[in-house]
Amino acid sequence: MTTLPTQTNRKLGLVIDLDTCVGCHACVISCKGWNTENYGAPLSDQDAYGGNPSGTFLNRVHSYEMQPEQGGAAQLVHFPKSCLHCEDAPCVTVCPTGASYKRVEDGIVLVNESDCIGCGLCAWACPYGARELDAAAGIMKKCTLCVDRIYNENLPEEDREPACVRTCPAGARHFGDFADPDSHVSQLSAARGGMDLMPEQGTKPVNKYLPPRPKDTMEEIDILAPFLEPVAKETTGFMAWLDKTLEKI
Amino acid sequence: MIERYLDPQYAPEAVAKDVGIPAGKIRAIANELARVAFDEAIELDQEWTDFRGETHTKMTGRPVSFHAMRGISAHSNGFQTCRALHILQIILGSVEAPGGFRFKPPYPKPATIHPKPHCKTTPGAPLDGPHLGFVHGPEDLCLKDDGSPARIDKAFTWENPMSAHGLMHMVISNAHAGDPYKIDTLFMYMANMSWNSSMNTRGVIDMLTDQDENGEYVIPRIIYSDAYSSEMVAYADLILPDATYLERHDCISLLDRPICEADGLADAIRWPVIEPDRDVRGFQSVLCELGAKLDLPGFVNEDGSQKYADYGDYIVSHERKPGIGPLAGFRGDGSDAGRGAPNPKQLERYIENGGFFVEHVPEGANYYKPWNSAYQDWAVKMGIIDSPQPYLFQLYVEPMRKFQRAAEGHGDRQPPEHLRDRIKETLDPLPVWYAPAEDSHIDPTEYPIHALTQRPMAMYHSWGTQNAWLRQIHGMNPLYVPSNLMQEHNLVDGEWAKVSSVHGSITVPVMEMAALNENTVWTWNAIGKRKGAWALDEKAPEATKGFLLNHLIHELLPPKGDGLRWANSDPITGQAAWFDLRVKIEKAPPPSESQPALPTLNSPVQQGPKNLEWKVGK
Repeated sequence: MTTLPTQTNRKLGLVIDLDTCVGCHACVISCKGWNTENYGAPLSDQDAYGGNPSGTFLNRVHSYEMQPEQGGAAQLVHFPKSCLHCEDAPCVTVCPTGASYKRVEDGIVLVNESDCIGCGLCAWACPYGARELDAAAGIMKKCTLCVDRIYNENLPEEDREPACVRTCPAGARHFGDFADPDSHVSQLSAARGGMDLMPEQGTKPVNKYLPPRPKDTMEEIDILAPFLEPVAKETTGFMAWLDKTLEKI
Repeated sequence: MIERYLDPQYAPEAVAKDVGIPAGKIRAIANELARVAFDEAIELDQEWTDFRGETHTKMTGRPVSFHAMRGISAHSNGFQTCRALHILQIILGSVEAPGGFRFKPPYPKPATIHPKPHCKTTPGAPLDGPHLGFVHGPEDLCLKDDGSPARIDKAFTWENPMSAHGLMHMVISNAHAGDPYKIDTLFMYMANMSWNSSMNTRGVIDMLTDQDENGEYVIPRIIYSDAYSSEMVAYADLILPDATYLERHDCISLLDRPICEADGLADAIRWPVIEPDRDVRGFQSVLCELGAKLDLPGFVNEDGSQKYADYGDYIVSHERKPGIGPLAGFRGDGSDAGRGAPNPKQLERYIENGGFFVEHVPEGANYYKPWNSAYQDWAVKMGIIDSPQPYLFQLYVEPMRKFQRAAEGHGDRQPPEHLRDRIKETLDPLPVWYAPAEDSHIDPTEYPIHALTQRPMAMYHSWGTQNAWLRQIHGMNPLYVPSNLMQEHNLVDGEWAKVSSVHGSITVPVMEMAALNENTVWTWNAIGKRKGAWALDEKAPEATKGFLLNHLIHELLPPKGDGLRWANSDPITGQAAWFDLRVKIEKAPPPSESQPALPTLNSPVQQGPKNLEWKVGK
């Protein structure tokens, strides 16, 4: 069907920090906003004010609870999910028209909308559920890494990153080139144990997820124990003053 | 402080059960706070001079900070609990230290330079000063000559002397009861008081529609302004349709709640980016016009004509005092910050800059702000304060002690007899813990579960929660129930429970949540909507499965046999004690929709389109 490039010059992608993501959905809304107003078919909504509203989103946040095996409080983990721009992207190879493709220059996986017939095979092939067929346009939609922002010289330089990264108030999303081992995303991923999602699928995702740090690990202590040891007969300083004050009470 | 806080009643073992944290862990947390503050102190090579003129060669940082926000202040003991946290930070030395809790401009300011509340009304003249402010003792209370409350919400009275925010949740209840007096017109803006912004929603609806023996409404006229067809619109005699945020000017000002960061003074605007396609007006512009029609001195020129064409004009031209206006940026010729003459091009400069202005706190002034003379000088230059002055922490708050002394019988202004004991107990100048008020009015063993709400983050800054995108994220709100209570009541996700308080009951869908205190249930606030409101279909999940916890909360505590009805508020600040709520739950057969289900409202607006297919570009 459609072939993947043997290699790409760069590997642009995201690092998503599951430790600091608070699940506010700002990335979801900024993504839908930017990608509705700009490149490609807008993201539609059905039964928008009715009993069963649904719509196209390129980025969604799913929330899970984690109960650590070693004890401690249960934790909420908010998991933002969008296209991972896989090196071995099964959504591309399955495409019957060549509409889905992976760019040689930066590794971004895109859909050429004029060639997309809306057959939905790519969405079936993607193990992550990252593609959504727009019900109004009949065209497959997916994260473009905001390809119309990142190279856009009409935007101020600080805005030339994906809308989700630009908007994240928690600093939980990072954008960069994973082909460069010195890039801040490569460094961050290395330092924090960045993970592939479902590596057993062999898709070699570019995006990395940083695992939540362990929490609620503080051990209970008996801070008074040292003070129950025999102490010097003559106390001095603060303790002497404290003794005297307490005696008065 | 030692006498009070080393008392056995505050020992970890004594409080562990109530707070749900084992004594050993309380000790571990305390130890960790102190260890980090003192053993992991950091030093910045930054010279600074304090307000006494003494120069220090370094800035010591203590990287511990914590924040008390809405959750704590929604309890009737919230003010004192919040103060206790601040005192802890003060004694750790972490306030305004690198790594610690830091103020954002326009703070810090000494409490004494804030305005005091004013309540003197004169027919045909404006109020004699700002209606909100900080009281410093009984002499500042807003009382009439006969000692009765001057304000309809009874703010700044002996019931809640330091109520700097006012008591929005008591306005309708007091007006309906004619206590302290009756009103002829209720005029409100963006406050959904017949729904999620009121305690006792059903009761408030009845108050808004109640008639006296002559068939006249008890609250005769209601004027309401809203951009959307909210539940409150249905109860208004006169509706002033507001513009949305995209259609009007707004000002996120240093004089209100600005967008500042600890290192920068900042403010922002909204400006109209689309023309309204219906007959609406931005409410602030309407106020400029109303002010002129009423001949309010601040809103008319000398010849009596309207002073501000609209709110955009007000933002640019109004001066709080010479050189100080709603916006701090681009004043004068466009290069002045903080102080400067009004600049007719100010809004254009904000728009060019992306809608905001920021001026960073100079290096060396950005820590120890309350006592740092470099900060004081900068704050004067920026118009935050008028002369350099330190803000010294009061561990022992003298104004609170003044109220206690009044309750003990000292002074000319005396509280009513029935409030003396409560004032003595709660207005303690050193933070003190007392049980939430509801606990002494109900049986905590019958209602063992705490119930509360939070605003969804996705909707935090959105008034339009019916928004087609946002409602796909939060379209209904289950009651989140901890695992132990799900098991105890034989519940699984999607089943229904009857939740009862001493005041009322609701029947709602439940969902299990492990990451939750085992005696607490919660849900999202303001997702539940009434049928017919917000231009939504009657079958919208917000109306069929969504619900309000508000039905369980009363603005007054239940009678306890003393002949009085006590407000469900913090007795110091008057903050609504939403989170004092106690409930019990039981499994219920699934109803067709969440209960109570109120009748459908007649909508004054059309429903939105079925599908949204956005257009791109021209």
